[in-house]
Amino acid sequence: MQLIQLSDWLLDIAFLLYVLSSILFVVAMTGKNWAGRDPKQHERRYGRIAFWLAVIGFLAQTGYVVTRWIGGGHSPTSNMFEFMAFLDYCIILAYLIIYRIYKLTVIGAFVLPLGVIMLAYSYVFPAEVTPLIPSLQSYWLYIHVTTAALGEGILAVGFAAGLMYLLRTVPQDVSTKSTKWLEVVLAVVLMLVGFIGMESTFARMDQKTVFEMNKEIPNALGQMEKPRVQYTMPAIVAPADATIIKQGPMSPLFSAPAWMEGKDAARKLNTMLWSILTGVVLYGVLRLVFRKRLGALIRPTVDEIDPELLDEISYRAISIGYPVFTLGAIIFAMIWAQEAWGRFWGWDPKEVWALIVWLFYSAYLHLRLSRGWIGAKSAWMSVIGFVIILITLVVVNLVIAGLHSYAGV
Amino acid sequence: MDQRKCECGHTNPIGTLLCESCGKPLDVILEEQTQFPDMRYEGMARRSQTYTRKVIDRVWNWFSSVKIAIGIIVVLLIASAVGTVFPQQPYIPVPVPTEADVARFYTETYGKLGMVYYGLGFHNLYSSWWFVTLLVMLGTSLVICSLDRVIPLYKALSNPRLNQHKSFLKGQKLYAEGLLPAGANQAELLGAAAQALRKKGYRIFSTERALLAEKGRFSRWGPYINHIGLILFLIGVLMRNIPGFFMDEYVWVREGQTVAIPETPYYVKNVNYHTEYWSESEMPEKLDLKGGVIPKSFQTDAVLYVNKNADLPGTKPDLFEVKSGPIVVNHPLEHESLYLYQSGVQEMQLGALNFDVIDQKNGDKMVGQIKMDLYNPPKEQDIGNGIKVRTLDYFPDFVIGSDGRPATKTNLPRNPMLALEIVGENGAAAEKMVYLQGSVITQKANSQYGLVIRKPDLIDITGLNVRMDKAVPLIYFGAFIFMVGVVIGLLWQHRRVWVQFQEDHVLLAGHTNKNWFGLRREVDGLIEQTKLPLAIEERTKA
Repeated sequence: MQLIQLSDWLLDIAFLLYVLSSILFVVAMTGKNWAGRDPKQHERRYGRIAFWLAVIGFLAQTGYVVTRWIGGGHSPTSNMFEFMAFLDYCIILAYLIIYRIYKLTVIGAFVLPLGVIMLAYSYVFPAEVTPLIPSLQSYWLYIHVTTAALGEGILAVGFAAGLMYLLRTVPQDVSTKSTKWLEVVLAVVLMLVGFIGMESTFARMDQKTVFEMNKEIPNALGQMEKPRVQYTMPAIVAPADATIIKQGPMSPLFSAPAWMEGKDAARKLNTMLWSILTGVVLYGVLRLVFRKRLGALIRPTVDEIDPELLDEISYRAISIGYPVFTLGAIIFAMIWAQEAWGRFWGWDPKEVWALIVWLFYSAYLHLRLSRGWIGAKSAWMSVIGFVIILITLVVVNLVIAGLHSYAGV
Repeated sequence: MDQRKCECGHTNPIGTLLCESCGKPLDVILEEQTQFPDMRYEGMARRSQTYTRKVIDRVWNWFSSVKIAIGIIVVLLIASAVGTVFPQQPYIPVPVPTEADVARFYTETYGKLGMVYYGLGFHNLYSSWWFVTLLVMLGTSLVICSLDRVIPLYKALSNPRLNQHKSFLKGQKLYAEGLLPAGANQAELLGAAAQALRKKGYRIFSTERALLAEKGRFSRWGPYINHIGLILFLIGVLMRNIPGFFMDEYVWVREGQTVAIPETPYYVKNVNYHTEYWSESEMPEKLDLKGGVIPKSFQTDAVLYVNKNADLPGTKPDLFEVKSGPIVVNHPLEHESLYLYQSGVQEMQLGALNFDVIDQKNGDKMVGQIKMDLYNPPKEQDIGNGIKVRTLDYFPDFVIGSDGRPATKTNLPRNPMLALEIVGENGAAAEKMVYLQGSVITQKANSQYGLVIRKPDLIDITGLNVRMDKAVPLIYFGAFIFMVGVVIGLLWQHRRVWVQFQEDHVLLAGHTNKNWFGLRREVDGLIEQTKLPLAIEERTKA
């Protein structure tokens, strides 16, 4: 279908532009002190180019949304690929709005790479346009999901500003608890990048390993069978008590501990091991090449910003994102659930984790407004809050199966 | 309450930090602390800060603490997360008809951790006594936190703090003091200040020598409004316990069958069930589904009846049709706050078995046909030619019991076993035979009659969720009020500016609950416009 092909191209163009924009934002911030340049002019020039690249990319992605919607016949928010791409769209949108208010080039240097990571993550999932299954055939699909994505996008900008605050204010001359935790956060970001990279690479290479569990358990029809589990990534750890049916690129180095029973437990452990490994390797390489903590490495890019301004941006983003998130991810979700399933709240994993995100940001607001937690404490909260959102997106959809999970669909 | 008298003459309730009338920090308190009291509640006496001795006071104080409230939120947060580690009981993906099956599921699928999870009751975490207690504690905290603060706050803000004592103004975060030039017309200056502030949207309260400019007072109520919204929401949830307010039932209805809906005088009939799949031509993009299909709609054509004899126990139901129509996902059938949702389906289930009866001693000639309705097998069928088929035994879900005798696991025809007896004409000895899993086993080696298995009748069984929740409008209303409160509280700020003339000095103070940048800008604008001799000494932005 022409429109759908066009939408795919538009998304690829947007991705490319976001990548270029990220690079230029980083260049704008780090190349300031290269020989023979006027730092302010350099930052402004490259910042402006990077900003406009992001704007054009955003327009291209808008085109993707429109053409995919028309071509597919439904709002492009119906599976994991579409949702992650839409979330990235909302992050960029939130960034453009915040930039309009505060006009800080450095925000782009953090938000654009975040947007690139989200869009890259979406590419891991099957991207075909599929017609809607009955439960998604409702106007709530584009009301609930888009509002929830917008809320999360704005909270993501709050995270970026919070991270910048920490990079700006945590003293890097001595190693403290704060510097170590900051490194942990940056390493986790690298692990996410690693996960995306490894998953995309191995999915393309089709080097699956298949195991069959030795013990029979009842399946969905009540019949006894030996369940099978498929690893996309090479097997470092095999499931406990299983045999290999299809050999992959490597033989498992060890078996999962006996208490980790269940066919999927070992697969998730394997994926986690790969992510951690890649993240650690990436982190190690960067530490070796630059010979300082990553926090200290990034510090110069944020050094000239007034930390209170970053604190203000982070709080402002969260104070806008919180109501939007509540409206989209909690209230609209409840109304739709009532219409589709007759109960506005069923404690299914996705609903529970949306509630956890909501409770967390409620705690953030209370701590800030009633207990005076501003500055570093608030920044750490905004970082943790986004980690929880990521757990909702990654773990609930992929790790925990449920009525609500999108995995693979 | 005990009273304390301020030097301005006003008697303040004990526990007041700033005099209710003139705002002077009360001496008693100043001895104990070195800084100006927090303006958050206007320095009013709060129950939780004042009364601490009796048990009821201690309980009130505990629940009115924001720190405790945050603690409850965090514990709820962590507890909720624990419930997602393994699937909750309603979401177990395999059939688990008995409690033993449930226990076995957790232990077998998740090992020791699963066993512990089940043992601790975490598989029904959200309805466990301690989780519900946490929710009740959250609700209590909402009520008490709000009452403790909103009552004194309302009293304070309803009496605008005009003519404040100098120490009140000096204690504000935004403060400036200046010497007036000789011959300055105070009344004119005050008027000019009032005018400038009015233009910025402030409401002015003034006397001859002092004014208070205020805007956005309503935003202070934001948090209390959103708390009310949450309380309404929780009340709505609690209302489920009122008889007649809440119902959650599930019925399986075979095509053609009419079943009673428990706890109601209603009956529902499944006229027809149909699953429609997306055809290739309808797909927006060519997909390689690898033999799979994508459903397009799950639809039950249903009829809802009311039993007119519902109030007369023991009488036969007298059904009267009240509604008919399709039940589709996202579009339930509704009648007087009762809703029927398309929830599940078992398609192509065995409905009836069909057999040809043949005469094996006569060239396998077919002598008749029988139909065994697996939900209501006939005791005897007369197939003509004087031949009768009797049903001796029927096990819908056949299994050999622990005592070695035939039994049935469930009452659904998942694995039907029929023991039949065929009696021929002229009263010859009845021949017994058994049907099980696609084969017919005869008792005698060379019996006269045999059975040939024909295609069974397959039926669809639709699963309808029947629900009623009369509290839903209250719940939506509570959510709406919550949003209103959040928006009011976060989007606007409460700003106040005091201007006072004392002999030859002019004093200015400002306060806001958030966004000091904005207030500072407006005050700078005011000073510039009125040319008041003021230089602001803003305290640290704590």
